[in-house]
Amino acid sequence: MTTTIVIRNLTKRFGSVVAVNGVSLTIEPGTFLSLLGPSGCGKTTMLRCVAGLEDPDGGEIYIGDKLVFSYDQGISLPPGKRDLGLVFQNYALWPHMTVKENMTFALQIQKLPKAEIEKRTRDALAEVQMADYAGRYPREMSGGQQQRVALARMMAYRPKVFLMDEPLSNLDARLRMDMRAEIKHLHHTSKATTIYVTHDQVEALTMSSQIAVMKDGVLQQLDTPERVYHYPANLFVADFIGNPKVNLLEGVVDGDHCVDLGSFKIAVNTYGSTGNVMVAVRPEDVTISTRPAPGAVEFTAYSVLPAGADSTIIARLQETEITAKVMGISTIKLDDKIWLSFDPETLNLYDKESGNLIVLGGGANTTKAG
Amino acid sequence: MAASRRFIRWLTSARVVLSMIMLVLMFYMVIIPLYRMVATTVTWQPHDLTRVPDAEVGSLTLFHWERMLTSAFARIFLYAPLQHSIVVSLGASLLALVIGGAMAWLVVRTDMPGRGLISTLAVVPYIMPSWTLAQAWLVFFKNRLAGGSPGVYEYFVGQSPPSWLSYGPVPIIICSALHYYTFYFLFVSAALMSIDSNLEEAGELAGASRWRILRKITFPLVLPAILSGFIMTFSKVLGTFGGPNILGTPVRYYVVATMIRGAIGVGDKADAFVLGLVLVLMSVSIISLNQRLVGTRKSYETIGGRGFVAQVNRLGKMKRPAMIGVLVFQILVIVVPLGLLIYSTLMLRDGNYSLSNLSLQHWIGKRGTIYNHGEPGVLFNPKIYSSAWNSIKLSVLTAFFTAFLGIILGYAIVKGRGTRLSKMVEQLAFIPYVIPGIAFGAVYIAMFIKPVGPIPALYGTFAILVIVSVAKHIPYSSRSGVSAMMQVGRELEEAGVVAGANIWQRFRYLIFPLTSSGFIAGFLLTFITTMRELSLIILLVTPKTQLLASQTMFYTENGDGQMANAVILILIALVGIGYLIIGRFRGASLKKGLGM
Repeated sequence: MTTTIVIRNLTKRFGSVVAVNGVSLTIEPGTFLSLLGPSGCGKTTMLRCVAGLEDPDGGEIYIGDKLVFSYDQGISLPPGKRDLGLVFQNYALWPHMTVKENMTFALQIQKLPKAEIEKRTRDALAEVQMADYAGRYPREMSGGQQQRVALARMMAYRPKVFLMDEPLSNLDARLRMDMRAEIKHLHHTSKATTIYVTHDQVEALTMSSQIAVMKDGVLQQLDTPERVYHYPANLFVADFIGNPKVNLLEGVVDGDHCVDLGSFKIAVNTYGSTGNVMVAVRPEDVTISTRPAPGAVEFTAYSVLPAGADSTIIARLQETEITAKVMGISTIKLDDKIWLSFDPETLNLYDKESGNLIVLGGGANTTKAG
Repeated sequence: MAASRRFIRWLTSARVVLSMIMLVLMFYMVIIPLYRMVATTVTWQPHDLTRVPDAEVGSLTLFHWERMLTSAFARIFLYAPLQHSIVVSLGASLLALVIGGAMAWLVVRTDMPGRGLISTLAVVPYIMPSWTLAQAWLVFFKNRLAGGSPGVYEYFVGQSPPSWLSYGPVPIIICSALHYYTFYFLFVSAALMSIDSNLEEAGELAGASRWRILRKITFPLVLPAILSGFIMTFSKVLGTFGGPNILGTPVRYYVVATMIRGAIGVGDKADAFVLGLVLVLMSVSIISLNQRLVGTRKSYETIGGRGFVAQVNRLGKMKRPAMIGVLVFQILVIVVPLGLLIYSTLMLRDGNYSLSNLSLQHWIGKRGTIYNHGEPGVLFNPKIYSSAWNSIKLSVLTAFFTAFLGIILGYAIVKGRGTRLSKMVEQLAFIPYVIPGIAFGAVYIAMFIKPVGPIPALYGTFAILVIVSVAKHIPYSSRSGVSAMMQVGRELEEAGVVAGANIWQRFRYLIFPLTSSGFIAGFLLTFITTMRELSLIILLVTPKTQLLASQTMFYTENGDGQMANAVILILIALVGIGYLIIGRFRGASLKKGLGM
């Protein structure tokens, strides 16, 4: 049961605010797609448009080969006819119904035979390890348990498409980790095409097969987690993804293999680009040495933040500040002299005006982005 | 083609359909009657032919307005009664403010013992009919001015009480205030409970005295609630008929409400409607004044709305005296009046307080005696049974429809938040609030004396009583409906939408069960207020549709005060029984019914 979702030119306005602005994307069967972006970027609105809970102001949506929404043709199927399941941010379990009643409600509306309802309810509850809770009321369970029931409720009606709206944002950090693994596994077994809304980049990176990054209602990048991380399509994506944040350095492309960053120069693959650029380098791609090395630039350790598995080092050279991440507990002391070097293969260059990626660090598929 | 499909989809969505139905319903129940009322005042009426023989019935004229506003009669017809109405409403609101506010502070913010009992008792005067106290007042303070037998005071003191104490503004103000202080109590205690005590503690840390904190911090924070209570009391008293009729009319102290009844009584509908519109204008202007005053301050109401333990003011040595004082007060306004009423119904001849005069004549006496114009005692009186049945039927039906409409209105308003349609529904639902009770009754005479389109003339039917009662309660029910729907949250319904449930299934299985406690709260409030409502229906009842409330007024006006008192007692008993029965359901709370 795998389904393609095609979204074309989707637009949704609330008064004068354009929440979703002409977004087009195709979601291949069985994909786990995360809609990622800061709050107010239109990701939840987009999900609600797909679900049919909002009426868009333009565009088309196909689920499988069914046209579920078309502005131009005046078509909009009600949510119940779109073959999808939705997990809400606050779970939306009906408080006056037991777990079992919550789960059978939709199945009874579909008029499934009794035995089938029984079986599906039992299977879905077993899948989320909540088999013993069928008789409980929502308020008698913890947040994590309610979350599992909400997932089971969705799976019991076996929709072709799973929609999830920040389902983990109300859980504490530890529980969130467990549930990520759980949801990823459920997706793996069900193979249902999934759209997952989140503002948490770690969630998106760890769970998805595709990530769609959004800002102000506009799609910024649709790619695999690896590519979104390593080759952000523009400065917004580069800045939004990654913790600690990516280093963004202003510079001028100077000569063929060099970018002038003011206080120092570093070697890059420019592939013929010229002009003002922003250089993006991930903290973990910065190499630190405690003694001079060929091509390395001398910095001062401004602050050192060891965190067990890795340490974050903030290095300064005049106005330039660079964050670097090294494995393990660093022995560098504050105000030590350190030498930073950069691998040209890991540097992305962005056009300063447009903010778009002009040179991929890898260099293999150099493109001029849109 | 596509555009029309989109329009049809919008038009047939559950929210829009329900909003439209509500708009049509309110248009019919509120707007058309108001329009009819205005229209009547500016056209010649058949009744005017006696004064102006060449008037052309139905054509436009300012005759009624001139007659009421500028003619030689204007003083008697309008200005004096209006002045009286304002004096009485203002006085009652202020007195109620002092009583209700003080009691709320004592109950919410101090360590006075017996607070639970006191706050339960505080609601009781509101449950009793508003004119109960007026009747009891007469039993005690009656003098010979209006004829009849002496009151308790005169019988025991041997001297007639002064007229200002027996009749007129003073007793009207006192009796109204003692009925309506419950509003203040509920409003102010809700506001006091929602004030973050940190705000007061901050004042304490700054070294302010308790009195200064009360004056400079607490009072400004509850000011919006106080003003809301003031508006509510003012416009209620403005439209109240019972008390002023019992305590004012015998000495020709007329207020606008009693003038309206008088004008209707002699057939001057247009004059009555002019008076009714004056009341509406009064009420509208005081509400808009309030909105201007409170406007920006309203935001206070949301500050620190979360649950927390209110800071307790220690009363120290004053603890017991405070409790005793409040309890004595409550006994004076609840137990003593009821006792007086009961005693009065047990006297064979009114005014003779000797034990030998005790009798059950007024309760179980036979037909055809010299008492009460030959009517049998109330318990053997078929008229009372039919009125009681009418009252119960009316209250239950009204409460049901009102609570039901409340949920639908709440749905239409909350689901459409931010749309023009939703705002329109909300504003229309508020209109009955500004139409004082007796004026509302007058509006309905204007509307239903003649058929409107397909709807027959409903005057004199039982249906008109139900419709007017439901219409009058719409502002409260929509408010409590909105807060009930807000608590449900949109996602619980959306989860049903995604599950494929249609609108009927969503209401049946999700929204109604989830709002049941809001429904019960609305039902309780409406049941009680309808049961003891007089001003609203006094102009609309006929002998066939007599209710207990109007029956008491009928007996009073007929000089059978003891029968009236017996009927009031039956009415109170029925309200009490209803309160106990409905109170067994989850969510039954007067506060919630008022949308607090």
